[in-house]
Amino acid sequence: MPAGFTAADFYYILPEIVLTAGALVVLLVDLLFKDRDDLTLTATLGTLLVTGVVLFSFVGVDTTASRGLLAIDGFATLFKFIFLFAAAVTVLMSSSYLKVEGVPAGEYYFLIVCATLGMMFMASGVDLITLFIGLETMAVSFYILVGFLKPNQRSNEASVKYYLLGAFSTGILLYGMSLLYAVSGSTNLGEIAAAVGAEGSSGLVILAVILVTAGMAFKIAAVPFHMWAPDVYEGAPTPITAFLSVGSKAAAFAMLLRVFVEGLPTVVADWQVFFWWLAVLTMTVGNVAAITQSNIKRMLAYSSIAHSGYVLIGVVAGTSRGWTAAMVYLVVYAFMQLGAFAVVTALRRRDVVGDELKDLSGLYSQSPLAAVAMLVFMLSLGGIPPTAGFMGKIWIFGAAIDQGFVSLAIIGVVNSAISLFYYIRVVVFMWIKDEVVGSEITIGPAMATVLCVTLVGSIVFGIYPQPIFEQALAAASTLGPAASVAALP
Amino acid sequence: MIMSEAEIPLLSLILFTPLVGVAILLFVNKHSEDTIRWIANAFAMLGFLVSVPLWFIYDTQNPGWQLVERHAWIPSIGAEYFLGIDGFSALLVLLTTMMGVIATLSSWTAITMRVKEFYVFLLTLQAGMIGAFVSLDFLLFFLFWEVMLVPMYFLIGIWGSDNRLYSAIKFFLYTLVGSVVMLLGILAVYFYSYQVTGVYTFDITQFHELNMPFDLQWWVFLAFFLGFAVKVPMFPFHTWLPDAHTDAPTAGSVILAAVLLKMGTYGFIRFSLPILPEATQHFVPMVVTLSIIGIVYGALVAMAQRDWKRLIAYSSVSHMGMVTLGLFALTPVGITGSIVQQLNHGISTGALFLLVGIVYERRHTREISEYGGLSKVMPVYAAVFLIMTMSSIGLPTLNGFIGEVLILQGIFVVNKVWAAFAATGIVLGAAYMLRLYQQTMFGEVTNPKNETLSDLSLREFCTFAPLLFLAVWIGLYPKPFLDRLETSVDHVMVRVNGDYTPRLAVLEDGQVAVDGDIRLDPLPGPVGGGAP
Repeated sequence: MPAGFTAADFYYILPEIVLTAGALVVLLVDLLFKDRDDLTLTATLGTLLVTGVVLFSFVGVDTTASRGLLAIDGFATLFKFIFLFAAAVTVLMSSSYLKVEGVPAGEYYFLIVCATLGMMFMASGVDLITLFIGLETMAVSFYILVGFLKPNQRSNEASVKYYLLGAFSTGILLYGMSLLYAVSGSTNLGEIAAAVGAEGSSGLVILAVILVTAGMAFKIAAVPFHMWAPDVYEGAPTPITAFLSVGSKAAAFAMLLRVFVEGLPTVVADWQVFFWWLAVLTMTVGNVAAITQSNIKRMLAYSSIAHSGYVLIGVVAGTSRGWTAAMVYLVVYAFMQLGAFAVVTALRRRDVVGDELKDLSGLYSQSPLAAVAMLVFMLSLGGIPPTAGFMGKIWIFGAAIDQGFVSLAIIGVVNSAISLFYYIRVVVFMWIKDEVVGSEITIGPAMATVLCVTLVGSIVFGIYPQPIFEQALAAASTLGPAASVAALP
Repeated sequence: MIMSEAEIPLLSLILFTPLVGVAILLFVNKHSEDTIRWIANAFAMLGFLVSVPLWFIYDTQNPGWQLVERHAWIPSIGAEYFLGIDGFSALLVLLTTMMGVIATLSSWTAITMRVKEFYVFLLTLQAGMIGAFVSLDFLLFFLFWEVMLVPMYFLIGIWGSDNRLYSAIKFFLYTLVGSVVMLLGILAVYFYSYQVTGVYTFDITQFHELNMPFDLQWWVFLAFFLGFAVKVPMFPFHTWLPDAHTDAPTAGSVILAAVLLKMGTYGFIRFSLPILPEATQHFVPMVVTLSIIGIVYGALVAMAQRDWKRLIAYSSVSHMGMVTLGLFALTPVGITGSIVQQLNHGISTGALFLLVGIVYERRHTREISEYGGLSKVMPVYAAVFLIMTMSSIGLPTLNGFIGEVLILQGIFVVNKVWAAFAATGIVLGAAYMLRLYQQTMFGEVTNPKNETLSDLSLREFCTFAPLLFLAVWIGLYPKPFLDRLETSVDHVMVRVNGDYTPRLAVLEDGQVAVDGDIRLDPLPGPVGGGAP
C-alpha cells in the first residue's frame, strides 16, 4: 500500500477499480480470441453492470476519500449512474452499427469504458488535478472514438477538429485553474473556496472564473464555444455521438457544478452573470440553428446545444433547487437523447446512411416501434407532457422563477416553443410522409432493448417522476463544502 | 371551500374509459377496420354513459367541489392527483363526452385510411379534454391541457385536406407558445403560494384563496391570458383557427369547435378570474375591446367567405367574442350567460361542422357556390341545417337565444356601448348565416352534380339527434342548466367582487347557509362570513 493511503481510500474507489479492471479484460479478450465481437460486447456490458452493482453500495454515502482528492457523495453517485447507463445504452446500440460499418469492436468498447472511467472521476473529484485528469481521460478516449470510422472522411475530419479545439480549450481551462492555484495556493476546492472568499472578487479571481468557464463551456458545447459540436456530432459514429451528447455533457456539468458550487461559492454573483448570458445565447443559437438543418445528426447536435442552455438555467439559479433542476434535467435528457440517437442508429443500413431527415420518411409503416419511440423522444425533447422532458423543464423554469430570473424563464419557454418547430418536422417525416427510402429496417434484440428502455423511461418518468425528483433532491443536498475524511464503514 | 369526497371514483372512470379504449385498440389488427370502428364507438358511447350520472349526482345545493378524488402524485413538488367538479365543469364534461360520441360516429365512413391511428388519437384527445376539465391540481391540469395538442395535431396533419401540414403546425405552435407562457404564470403562483403558506402545492382550491399582490397578479394575468386567449381564440390570436378548422377532418373540426375552444374560456373562469381578481378588473377594458373587435371582425370576415367551413370558423371567432365579452362584464348574469353560450356554441357550431362534413364527404368541395337548392334533394338535411342555423343566430325557443339574452343583459347593466356592439355582432351573424343558408339550400339545383346527393342516413341523423334535442331543451327550459351553474358563478363573483354575496355561503364550521332573498337585496353584508 502506498505511503499515506489507507484501505478506505481503495474501498471508496471500488467502482472505478472494477471499471478499470473490466476495461483491461475487454482489451485482453480482444487480443486473445477470434470472432470476438460478441465476447467483447458481453465483457463490456458485464463490466458496466458489475460496476453499477458495486456503485449501489455507495448510495447514501457522503464522505471524502483519497486524502481529499475525491468526494464520494450522493451527487457523484447519481452522476455515475447516469454515465454507466449512457455507456451501457451506447454499447448496446453499437453492436449492429459496427457490423454495418465494418469496424472491429474491441478497442471501441475499451475506449467507451475508459471514457466512462474519466467521467466518474469528473463527478467525484474535489481537487482540480483529479478533475483535470478525469476530464483528459474522457476527452482523449473521445478523440479516438470520434474518428473510429477510419475510411470515412467526415469521421476523420471530426476527430481532428475535436482534438485541436479540445486541446485549445483544455489549455484555457488549465490557465484558469493555475490562476485559482495562484490565488489560493491549493488545488483543493474547499481551500480554494476559503481563499477566494478572503480575496473577494478581485481582477485575478474574475479572470480565473472567466477562463475556467470558457474551458468548461467548450465541453458542454455552450455558445459561443459550440462550433465543434455540429461537425463532430455529424462525423462521429452515431452511437458515439449519443454518448458524447449525453455522457460527456453530463460529466462536464458535474465538474462545472463541483468547481463553481464547491470552489467558488463566494463569487456566485459574478459567475451567475456569465452563465446567464451563456444560457441565453446557448438556448437561442442552438434552437434557431437547428431549425435550418436537414441532417438529423446536425439537428440533434444543435438541439443538444440548446439543451445545455436549459441546464445552465439551473446553474444560474444558484440554489440547491437549481442544482436539483440541472440533475433532473440531465437524467431525463439521458433517456430521450440516447433514444433519439438510437433511432438514428437503427436507420443506418448497408444502402442508407440514415442521417438525413428524408431517410425518416414512412418510418411508421416500416417500424412502428421506432416511429412511436421517436415521436415520444421528440415530444420529450420539446418538453410536451406527459413525457419526461416536461418534468425536467418544470424544474428548470421553476428554479429560475423561484430566484426571480423571470426574463430567463421567458426566454427559456419561448425557446422550447421554437424547438418544437423542428422536432415536429421529424414527426411529419416519420408519420405523414409515405415514400420509403432504402431497404427494410431491421431492429435487432439489442436495439429493441435500447428503444424500449429509453421509451419507457421517457414516458414513465413523465407520468411518475417522483423517483428522479427524490434522488436529485437528495443528491443536490450533498453538493457543498466537503465532508470530513472518512474511515472504513 | 368544502369538498365532498367521491364514494366511487366516478371522475377517474370517466377519464380513463377512453384510455382503456385506446389500450384495446392498440392490440387490434389494423386491417380489421370495422372491428376498430365498433370498438371506438363502443368506448366513446361507454364514456358518455359513465358520465351521465354527473347530471343527476351533482348537488346544486352544495357550493363546494364535488366528487373529489385526491391522491399523492409527485410529493417532491407537491403535485397531486386531485380531481373534482363544480356545476360548470360537470356540464363541460358532459358536453365533451357527448361530442366524443358524435365525432366518433360521424367518422365511420369519412375516415378510410389509417383507421386505427385515427381512433387512437381521437380517444386520447377525449381523455385529455376530460382531464383538463376535472383537474383541481394545476400541474395535472397543465398536463392534460398539453396532452390535447399532439392528437389534434395528427388529426389535422394526417387526415386533413389540402393545406393540412401548414394548418396543423400553425395550430400546434400557436397553442404551444400560449401554453408555455401560461406555465410560467402557474409557476409564479406556485412559488408565491409557497412563500405565503410554506407548503409546495398546485392545489387550485388553495390558489383560489390567495391574495397576491397586484404587481404579481398583473404579470400572471398576462401569462394566463396568452395561454387562454390563443385557445378561445380571441382577436388577434385567432389566425390559427380558420386554417385548423378548414383543413381538419370533420370529427376534428367538431371537437375543436365544440370542446377545445372552451378550454380557453374555462381557463378564464377557473383560473384567471378567481386567482387574479384585481388584475382581472384592471384588464377588463383590454379584454372587452379585444372581444368586441373579435365579434365584429369575425362576423365581417365570415360574410366575405366563399368556403363553407371557413365561414363557420370565422363565425366561431365572433361567437367566442360574445362569450368572453359576457364573461368580462363580471356580473353574475353575464358570466352565467357566457357559460350557457359556451354550451350553445358547442352544440350549434359542432352541428354546423358536422353538416359541412356531410356534404363534403359526398362532393369533396366546400365552395359555397358549388351548392344551391340542396333542400330539394336533401330535405331532412335542410331541416336540420335550418334549426342549427336558427340556433346559431339566436332565434327564440332555441338555445342560442337564452345565452345571448343573458349575455346582453349582463353587459347592459355595466356598459351600454358594449351591449350595442354585441348586438351588432348578432345582427351580422344573422346576415351571414341566412345568406349561407339561402345560397346552399334554396333555389333550383343549379349544379347537376348535386342532383343525386343522398339525404342523411340513419347514422348521420343519429349524430344530430342529441344536438337538436339539446338545442330545443335549453331554448325552452334552461333552468336545470342555470341551476347547475349558480354556485360556480357565485364562486367566481365572490372573488372578483368583494361586495358580492352568494346565495349559498359556506360558514366557518363548514356548514352551508342558504339565503334565497339575499340576492334581491345587495345591501347587507355576507351571511355567516361569506366564502372563506
